[in-house]
Amino acid sequence: MAEQQPVSTNGRAGGDDASNGVLEQLTDDQLRWIYQIMRRIRRFEETAEEAFRAAKMRGALHFYIGEEATATGVCAALDDGDFITSTHRGHGHCIAKGARMDKMMAELFGRTTGYCGGKGGSMHIADIELGNLGANGIVGAGIPIATGAALGSKLRKDGKVTVAFFGDGAGPTGAFHEGVNVAATMNLPAVFVCENNQYGMATHADFANAAPIHNRGPAYGIPSASIDGNDIFEVYATAKEAIDRARRGEGPTLIESRTYRHKGHTVLDQKNYRTREEIAEWVSRDPIERFVRAVNESERLDEDDFQAIDGQIELDIEHAVAFAEASPWPTVDVIERDVYVE
Amino acid sequence: MAVTTPQAPETATREIFMSEALREAIDEEMTRDATVFVVGEEVGVWGGAYAVTQGLLEKWGPDRIVDTPIAEAAIAGLGIGAALTGSRPIAEFMYSDFMGIAMDQIVNQAAKNRYMFGGKAKLPLTYRAPFGAGTGNAAQHTQSLEAWFVHVPGLKVITASTPYDAKGLLKSAIREDNVVIMFEHKAIYAMRGHVPEGEYLVPIGVADVKREGDDVSVITYARQTHHALEAAEQLAAEGISVEVVDIRSLYPLDTDTVLRSVRKTHRAVVLYEAVRFGGFGAEIASQIQELAFDDLDAPVLRVGAAHAPVPFSEPLEQASFPDTAQVVEAIRQSLQGVY
Ligand SMILES: Cc1ncc(C[n+]2csc(CCOP(=O)(O)OP(=O)(O)O)c2C)c(N)n1
Ligand SMILES: [Mg+2]
Repeated sequence: MAEQQPVSTNGRAGGDDASNGVLEQLTDDQLRWIYQIMRRIRRFEETAEEAFRAAKMRGALHFYIGEEATATGVCAALDDGDFITSTHRGHGHCIAKGARMDKMMAELFGRTTGYCGGKGGSMHIADIELGNLGANGIVGAGIPIATGAALGSKLRKDGKVTVAFFGDGAGPTGAFHEGVNVAATMNLPAVFVCENNQYGMATHADFANAAPIHNRGPAYGIPSASIDGNDIFEVYATAKEAIDRARRGEGPTLIESRTYRHKGHTVLDQKNYRTREEIAEWVSRDPIERFVRAVNESERLDEDDFQAIDGQIELDIEHAVAFAEASPWPTVDVIERDVYVE
Repeated sequence: MAVTTPQAPETATREIFMSEALREAIDEEMTRDATVFVVGEEVGVWGGAYAVTQGLLEKWGPDRIVDTPIAEAAIAGLGIGAALTGSRPIAEFMYSDFMGIAMDQIVNQAAKNRYMFGGKAKLPLTYRAPFGAGTGNAAQHTQSLEAWFVHVPGLKVITASTPYDAKGLLKSAIREDNVVIMFEHKAIYAMRGHVPEGEYLVPIGVADVKREGDDVSVITYARQTHHALEAAEQLAAEGISVEVVDIRSLYPLDTDTVLRSVRKTHRAVVLYEAVRFGGFGAEIASQIQELAFDDLDAPVLRVGAAHAPVPFSEPLEQASFPDTAQVVEAIRQSLQGVY
């Protein structure tokens, strides 16, 4: 079994916006990709929220706004053929794995042209071809599935890595312990990425988890890291190291990415369990703004680059909404279709 | 849609939501018995995903309203262990769908403990769980899984269609020395109904005729009771008299009340929101034909949900489980004997 070796630590020198040399290793195209993905996630969700408030969609919407750097940094380090499992808060993972926003929006609108033909909704988007094995309405459930995907890769020797995204709320589940332990015992090519956004509904992560989640790496004999999840460069570097390690056949890694959801648990959440100061403090560490500041300081991309990306995103978003609204509703003859392979 | 339950007295009642009625039941039983406590996810600070335990943490404190991490197997087990050792827990699953994670604790542990150990143990334990579709919450938050549990000896299973029944049944469940699972339909938490000011119980194992009629019996439970009542109202305009039996308790089942109704009307439609195939309605239909075959003028019909997970998209979801129109249609079929 692998010896425990931290792949990254907190409290890097160099201050909040310093990339610690990671930015310099990224190409301009990679920087553009990172910016584009983070902005897409944010604009997609802001737009979805407007549509929800205008009663154009229903159900539960869980926003990832504020957490964009984790999905983006991790997926930036994945190869196209690699797999992820996602959560109820899955829009960010989906977009970072390359999903089309028009098909996502149509799914939220419950239309035939959506990723799942309207059968899944916001909480259940999958794009198997892109390696997104699916968002999940059951907290923790993606973790053993990721372990299974990694086992499949090991048996098939396909060289792929699977990332399981999950929240701090999944830390207490049996699925976490079983899934991570099995992956460790079998030395599987998996990376377990805990998005610790401090809360699961109104429950604080420290209330729900008896000890910090990253402490569990040693318990399973695997490396673990606790990182600033709003620092895209730290996320990328840590994920890259863990993914490379997994691909080399050296087994799984546990990464705890500290971040924050700016919005409520769902679009409807108006509960009072966080202070205004706490929210403001985290909003001031917005991962997109930090990225832009760091890039500006490095003088790598210029204003035109950002504007061109933003302009294209607005067009894509407009198209996504128009596409969703113009798409037909599913008809009842499909209700019992796709329950089984026919 | 407010429904006055026949037993509800005319005087000294108020109209309250089903969620409030359930909260009163919990609060009153906590007052009555210091060993009663609530345990589950988000039951405290959040006040329960459907607001049933709203305000109870403030009133009773964290020793009686116990918030847990996301750990359904543990929640089920906490209930068992505490019940075995002298407490009277009310353990909440945020959605009945999540009981899948707790199945070993519920099925292999809670249900069998007393029997396996030769009748030594006693489990005064209530599990509560929201169920049912119609909320746009998609496949993993909308199921009606009651048939899983009625199949397991050692569990009692109840569900209410009105605030009156909800309060009275839950109070009875909490006082039971057996494991009782109360399924609460999400779509009617915000339904209002008359509930008396004073103390009352609704016994477990007793069905309730929610509307009397002579031509067809609709045997149902939970939210579907309202579809049955709406169908009965529509058909009354045509001179068709429909009796609606709300069984309230799936196990033990009040077969007598069901049979009495069918022997009067000679026709039965069994209505439930779970997947029709293999659902609890099959048990009711089977009992009717076994015990009242000679009284029947038509085959017993079942109305249930499609053979599919609950789809997200509104037109699909709404069409995937029975609505009033489907109940009307089934009643007509039963009357015509055309299938
Ligand atoms: C097994 C299970 N239990 C409970 C829930 C209800 N629920 C949905 S999200 C959530 C909080 C999850 O917290 P976390 O894992 O930290 O994710 P976050 O919402 O913070 O992204 C809860 C309790 C669920 N979906 N699945
Ligand atoms: Mg969280």
